[in-house]
Amino acid sequence: MIRYLVTRLAFSVLLVAVVSSAALLLTRIAPGDITSEQVGAGVSARAIEAERARLGLDRPVGEQYARWVGRAVRLDFGTSLMYGRPVAGLVAERARNTAVLAVVALLLATMIGLPLGVVSGSRTSVVAAAIRAASLLALSLPSLVSSLLLVFVAARTGWLPTGGMTSIDAAEAGGWLGAAADLARHLILPACAIALPLAATIERIQSEATASTLREPFVAAALARGVPPGRMLWRNTLKPALRPVTSIFGLVFGGLLSGSFVVEIVSSWPGLGRLMFDALRSRDLYLVAGCAAAGGVFLALGALVSDLALVAIDPRLRGREEAGS
Amino acid sequence: MRGAGVALIVFVALVAALASSLTPHAAHYIFPDRAYAPPMLIHVVGEDGRWRAPFVYPVGLANRLERRYEEDRAHPVTLRWFSRGVVVQQADESRGPWLPLGGDGSGRDVFARLVYGARLSLAVALVATLGALLIGTLVGGIAGAAGGLVDDGLMRLSDFVLVLPAMYVVLSLRAALPLVLPTSQVFALVAGILAVVGWPIVARGVRAIVAAERERDYAQAARALGMGRGRLLVRHLLPAARGFVATQATLLAAAFILAEATLSYVGLGFPDPAVSWGVMLQEAANVAAISDAPWTLAPAAAIFLVVLAVNLIVQSPSPAARASAPRGSPQPGAGLGARL
Repeated sequence: MIRYLVTRLAFSVLLVAVVSSAALLLTRIAPGDITSEQVGAGVSARAIEAERARLGLDRPVGEQYARWVGRAVRLDFGTSLMYGRPVAGLVAERARNTAVLAVVALLLATMIGLPLGVVSGSRTSVVAAAIRAASLLALSLPSLVSSLLLVFVAARTGWLPTGGMTSIDAAEAGGWLGAAADLARHLILPACAIALPLAATIERIQSEATASTLREPFVAAALARGVPPGRMLWRNTLKPALRPVTSIFGLVFGGLLSGSFVVEIVSSWPGLGRLMFDALRSRDLYLVAGCAAAGGVFLALGALVSDLALVAIDPRLRGREEAGS
Repeated sequence: MRGAGVALIVFVALVAALASSLTPHAAHYIFPDRAYAPPMLIHVVGEDGRWRAPFVYPVGLANRLERRYEEDRAHPVTLRWFSRGVVVQQADESRGPWLPLGGDGSGRDVFARLVYGARLSLAVALVATLGALLIGTLVGGIAGAAGGLVDDGLMRLSDFVLVLPAMYVVLSLRAALPLVLPTSQVFALVAGILAVVGWPIVARGVRAIVAAERERDYAQAARALGMGRGRLLVRHLLPAARGFVATQATLLAAAFILAEATLSYVGLGFPDPAVSWGVMLQEAANVAAISDAPWTLAPAAAIFLVVLAVNLIVQSPSPAARASAPRGSPQPGAGLGARL
C-alpha cells in the first residue's frame, strides 16, 4: 500500500511539473506578451522596453524558466502580470470555486445516474425504456449545449440567476446562512449543466454493469436460496456492479475539468477555467503556469480517489497488494 | 436506432452540401431592420380558416425602440418551390426577406447561416478526424506490432495525453499560436490541434487489437512464411481494427464539432466573416439575446442533433464492431459525455 502511494505521488508530482512547465514555455514562446496590448495604446517603445525588463520578459527563455522553477520548488509561483497579485492566492481562490462546482456536479450526477442505471439495467419494462431514452437525450447534451439551454430557461423564467457566483446584496441580506443559500442558488445552473450529460454517462455504464452482473451464477444461486430480489439487486449485486463506473471516475475528472471550463464561461462562474482562459489571452505566463499546476493537482487527486475507491469496493485488488505486486 | 442515427448524419451532411440550394440568402448579408427578427413559420391555414398552399406572413418592424415585430396578416406571401435553383423561397421578396429561423443580432438570416455554417463546422471536424485516425492508427499499429520498449513508450505517451483535459490542451495550443489569422490558416490550425489531442484513444484501441491479432495462428504463419513485419501490419493486422476505428471516427467527429463550437464561442476559433456553428453561438454569449431571441441558439440545437445521431449509432453497435472491440479498450458505451 505504501509503495503504491509513493508511486502515485511521484507520478502526480511529475504530472504537475510537466503540465505547468509546458504551459509556461508554451505561453513564453507564443508571439506577443503582456505588454503587446499597450503597443496600440500609444505607449512609447522605450516605456514598453522598460516594462518588459522590469517583468523579466527580455531574458532568454531558458533563464526565465530556470528562475521560475527555482522559485516554484519553494512554492512561490510568482506574481500575476495581469492582476499584480501573487499567483498562488489567485489560483487557490479560483480553484476552490471550480472544486465546489466539480464536486457538486459529480455528486449530483452520481446520485441521479447510479440508481437509474441499476433500475434500467435490471428490468425490461416501460420504466427502463423511458430511462434509456432520457439518458440518450441527456448524453447528447454536451455541457456547451446544456449550459446554454439552462441559461435560456433561467433567463426566461427568472427562477434562477443566469450567471456569477454571488449576488451583490447577499452578504448583507442574511449573514452566513443567507450567503450559503445564495451560493447554492447560483450553483444550481452550472452544476446541472455539467451533471446532466455526466449522469447519463454513469447511467449507461451502470446499466450495462448491472445487467451483466445479474447474469453471474452467484446471483441465480442466491435467488434460489431465497434472498429477496430487491435486496439482491440493491445490496449484493450493487457492489460488484460498481467496478466499471468507479474505474471511469479517474477519466471523468479530466472530462469534468473540460466540461466545467465551458460552463464557467457560459454562466460566468469565477473558476479556474475562466482564469486560465483570461491568462492565456493576455499572455500572463506565470498565471497560466499556476492554473495548469492546479489543474494537474486536480487530475492527480481524481486518479487517486478513483483508485482508492476501486480498492475499497473490490477486495481482490487488496489481496493483490498484499501479495506484493 | 442505428439506422435513425445514420439517417440523421446523412441529412446534416446533405444540408451542408446543398446549402446554396436551401436558401436564396447569403450567410453574411445584413438585412436592414431585421435585428433579432422572429422566425417566420410556414402556414397552411389562412386567416379565414381555409387550407391554402404553404405561405408566410411578412414581418415588419413595429417599434424600433422595443425591437417589436408584427406579422402582416392581411398580406400573406405564397412560397415558390424549386425555382431559380432554390428548394423553397418566397414568391415575392418585396415585402421583406423570409427568415425561417429569424434574424441574429445584426439582422442576418439565421437559417442561411446555419446551413452554410454546417459546411465549415463539418469540414473542420472531418479533417481533424482523419488526422486523428491517421496518427492514432500509425502509433497504435507500430506499438502493437513492435511490442517491447517502443510499445511501452508510445502507450505511456498516449496515456499521458489521454489524462489531460482535452479542452484545456486545445485552448492552450490555440491561444499560444497567433490569434488573428485568415480563415484558411485557422482551419488548418484548428484541425491540426484537434487531431493532435484526439489520437490517443484510437492508438490505444488499435494497439490492443493489433497486439492480440499478432499472436493468432495466421499471423504467426505469415511471419514464418517470410512476410515482412510492415506488410503483415498493413495487410492483415490493421484491417482487423476496422470496426473499432469506424466507431471511434463517429465519436471523434462529433467531439470535434463540439470543440470547434467551443473554441469559436470563446473567440479563439474562426474570425467573424467566416460562418460556423461556433461563430454563430457567439451571439448567444449575451444572456438577454438568449432570452429574447432563443432562435440564436439554433446552432446549439444542430450540435445536439449531430451528437444524438452519433450516440444512436454508437449505443447500438453493429455486431461486427462489437465483436472486434478489444477487451479493456475504451467502451463506446461511455459515449461523448466523458470525452470533451
